[in-house]
Amino acid sequence: MKKLLTAAVFAALATPAMSDDPTKVGFIYIGPVGDFGWTAGHDRARQELQDHFGDAVETSIVENVDYGADAERVMTQMALSGTDMIFAASFGYGPDVNSVAGRFPDVAFQHATGYIQDHPNISLYDARFYEGRAVLGHIGGKMTETNTIGYIASFPIPAVVSGINSAYLHAKAVNPDVEFRIIWTYSWFDPSLEADAAETLIEQGADVIMQHTDSTAAVRVAEDAGVMAFGQASDMVDFGPTAHLSAIVDRWAPYYIDRVQALKDGTWEAQNSWMGFAEGIIEMAPWNDRIPAELQEEADALVASIAAGEYHPFTGPINRQDGTPWLAEGEVAEDSALATMDFFVEGITSEFPN
Amino acid sequence: MIFGSINPAVLMAALMVAATPILLAAIGELVVEKSGVLNLGVEGMMIMGACMGFIIAVNPGSPLIGFAGAAAGGMVLAALFALLTQALMTNQVASGLALTLFGLGLTALLGQQYVGITPPRTPRLDLGPLSEIPFLGRAFFRHDIVVYLTVALVGAVWWFLKFTRAGMIMRAVGENHEAAHALGYHVKRVRLFAILFGGACAGLGGAYLSLIRVAGWTEGMTVGAGWIALALVVFASWRPWRAMAGAYLFGGVVVLQLNLQAAGVRIPVEYLSMSPYLITILVLVLISSGRARASLNAPGSLNKPFHASS
Amino acid sequence: MIRLEKRKEPSRIWRIANPFLAVALTMIAGGLMFAALGKDPLVAIRLIFFDPLFSETFASYSRPQLLIKAAPLILIGVGLAIGFKANIWNIGAEGQYIIGALFGAGVALAFFPAPGWYIFPLMILAGAFGGFLWAMIPAILKTRFNTNEILVSLLLVYVAERILAAMALGLMRNPDQPGFPGSRDLRRYEAAHNAELIANTGMHWGGVAAMIAVIFAYVMMTRHMLGFHVKLAGQAPRAARFGGVSPARLVVICLGISGALAGLAGMFEVSGPGGQVRIEFATGYGFTAIIVAFLGRLNPLGVVLAGLLLGLTYIGGELAQMILQIPGAAIQVFQGMLLFFLLALDFQTNYRIRLTRGAAA
Repeated sequence: MKKLLTAAVFAALATPAMSDDPTKVGFIYIGPVGDFGWTAGHDRARQELQDHFGDAVETSIVENVDYGADAERVMTQMALSGTDMIFAASFGYGPDVNSVAGRFPDVAFQHATGYIQDHPNISLYDARFYEGRAVLGHIGGKMTETNTIGYIASFPIPAVVSGINSAYLHAKAVNPDVEFRIIWTYSWFDPSLEADAAETLIEQGADVIMQHTDSTAAVRVAEDAGVMAFGQASDMVDFGPTAHLSAIVDRWAPYYIDRVQALKDGTWEAQNSWMGFAEGIIEMAPWNDRIPAELQEEADALVASIAAGEYHPFTGPINRQDGTPWLAEGEVAEDSALATMDFFVEGITSEFPN
Repeated sequence: MIFGSINPAVLMAALMVAATPILLAAIGELVVEKSGVLNLGVEGMMIMGACMGFIIAVNPGSPLIGFAGAAAGGMVLAALFALLTQALMTNQVASGLALTLFGLGLTALLGQQYVGITPPRTPRLDLGPLSEIPFLGRAFFRHDIVVYLTVALVGAVWWFLKFTRAGMIMRAVGENHEAAHALGYHVKRVRLFAILFGGACAGLGGAYLSLIRVAGWTEGMTVGAGWIALALVVFASWRPWRAMAGAYLFGGVVVLQLNLQAAGVRIPVEYLSMSPYLITILVLVLISSGRARASLNAPGSLNKPFHASS
Repeated sequence: MIRLEKRKEPSRIWRIANPFLAVALTMIAGGLMFAALGKDPLVAIRLIFFDPLFSETFASYSRPQLLIKAAPLILIGVGLAIGFKANIWNIGAEGQYIIGALFGAGVALAFFPAPGWYIFPLMILAGAFGGFLWAMIPAILKTRFNTNEILVSLLLVYVAERILAAMALGLMRNPDQPGFPGSRDLRRYEAAHNAELIANTGMHWGGVAAMIAVIFAYVMMTRHMLGFHVKLAGQAPRAARFGGVSPARLVVICLGISGALAGLAGMFEVSGPGGQVRIEFATGYGFTAIIVAFLGRLNPLGVVLAGLLLGLTYIGGELAQMILQIPGAAIQVFQGMLLFFLLALDFQTNYRIRLTRGAAA
């Protein structure tokens, strides 16, 4: 925890790669590269990385690697085969990354969305998805006619919870009557369950669907039902040309290229990077034409002010769901509080799981 | 007040849709098991149907041809299973599980180019005035054609098993293959047909997901629906209408728990999300208790290898 | 006309030769697939079957890993094999594995951070008990209410998965990391850590337990009355009943043994290689073990070999993905082929191929 809070910067690894030797970069993924969601986003970035460096970089991937012993083994084998840098692209790899990193101090480890940083050769990186969720909330809050927004959520973990809160706060700000209905699927990817969930939300009055699950099913259901939806991780407009208002698109490439370049230059050091609009790690899919021009401008302005650091989506006064104050007037949430968020903000009527 | 936002007609409509893919796969597996064969590869055949149906529907752009392709895709895997278990006498449980593993891998390879695209739209059936009847119209008469064909298929299988000679032979083969063989019936031929039928049905169930329900292809998209279908056959005690009841019960609880969540009912989400499984078990316990073993109806030769020694 | 003729005695030669032939055929068929994908088939085959065992770069690390991967498969598979012999179908070992892990981890987390030699043995007991308890649900429902155990054990897997998620997010969540899902890392809690017993061998207590279970099962099936009853009930249920074998007792025993062993496997995994209770802790060992049990012909020693072979293809498959960039899906297809060939060739053990003239009956 301490390490997370201080975002400690450790000593540089003095291992610049030989100039004529390609830098070997390994990726391990929790899902298949064809998931059109989380893993696909990371693999898009890997391909961009490969294109950027050409022969100077050699990338390799192993997909569908489970957490625990499997992940530890795959990373160890990567390290043994001379990989210079390993991207472990899922939260759950934390303990495994730390265990392998301790044994291979010369390999640079990059762990996505994690929080454990026991060794000086581990960097953590994450995206401020809640920034994107704020924009979704703003648009959704203005676009909804039934004042009901449906939210399909996976697991009650901080990244998902902060997304719900951010979307709600910004919907509420532009539409005081807005109400959120939330369904937890307890899975990241279950297309038919997500379709059923979307349908249920629509039947209960939601005319805007947001999702924090990977499949395209909800967008399609929204299209068929004639309501609106936001995609997840990728631009899902093909699945709902009318319904799809926008999506938060994961874009890890700038960061990946930057880190590999640093390794090549010998300037790589352990960091804890939490990036958003400013760094170009997340971006909004093109606005749907049905969003009024005025609202499009507002949304663009919101993105710009978040990117410029002028506005933080969690700026007080914000109360917790039970009415107790969380952030005072003008106070901005600490990163650590967002990274561990386990409560709803005031106004959300659903009970917080657990 | 909480239940106020849940409309029973809508619930009924939603559960019919949610149940259709598992019911299709279950009714196929029911026939397979009636013939005395246990094919645990339903999940593999389903995903094969989902994938092949999608690929074939996208290329010439017709959902109908897609469904035909899905049935064919399921049958190809089923034929592999038949080859192994009927010709080469392999163990059915292991072969079925291997089929699932194989099907999941194969479809992931075949479908690589098809992620992120949408299939042609399956038209919704227009039942005209029927769909305007209060309550009933919303609940029963606003579905796509596959929902109705599935119900018709359940009826057809019931009729086939109960009233036709071929159905009688199939039951005889499943009940006691030695005796059926002695009577001159072709045990393996009957089982081959049953297995292929099961594959076709599972394939259709998968295609219902990839072409209509989800309308997109992603590897592994069936996420265990084939396993639920298998459980339903047992739940149904190998009776077609009861399989439908089971599928509607399961689909109903799934849809209901989603509705309760959306309505913000104060039941912990984790209990709600496990309720479809628990309630299915509970109902099975209630209906199977207090009965003699014989009434459980399991085909006598289920999962036993048959080899004609003479 | 080709026809099969049943052998009077299973062929010993084929029994030994078949697995090798199956591997050879898989290499050919799989090689063709890899070639079709534009990958060098010889290198791919070498990476999958040989490099994990013999390569200079990897073998010293991956050989022990074989034990880590195979231990839970063997432990679960041995228990399932006993039940399958008696025609008792526990398809839900995955659920028992999860509950065993939760019970074991629960004991550890309750004692944290106290030291004590007795903690790990208690966890072992709790893990076995958890798996046993979860398996007793289908067992008792079957004996009391005639409820089919395939359905109940299978559906309980999904229930167990939800409980696991709820535990990782709630009760067992690491209190030092509020907000994040997942329990404490048990590998960092010495009294509860299922560590390697001898460095760099991969042998942890789960491996030891698997060996004990195999020996125990072997002795039981070949020397003990219970083993005889199990076999009798599987082959001739009527005779077994007349012979005084209580079907209900057998159901409880078979499900109980397989549940307890699956629970043990879960507990050894969560306290060792798995490390912590997390939402995605269960990765399908319980289902793969069903295949392992049958590949091993429901024989305890066969289960060991099957577990090791399957473990090898997993580890080799990862190498092939990493080095040759073969898609993970192709590795899955390859494993499917291996299973098909292993199963298909088995007919030679019990049947002989005869070429006859004219139509056969």
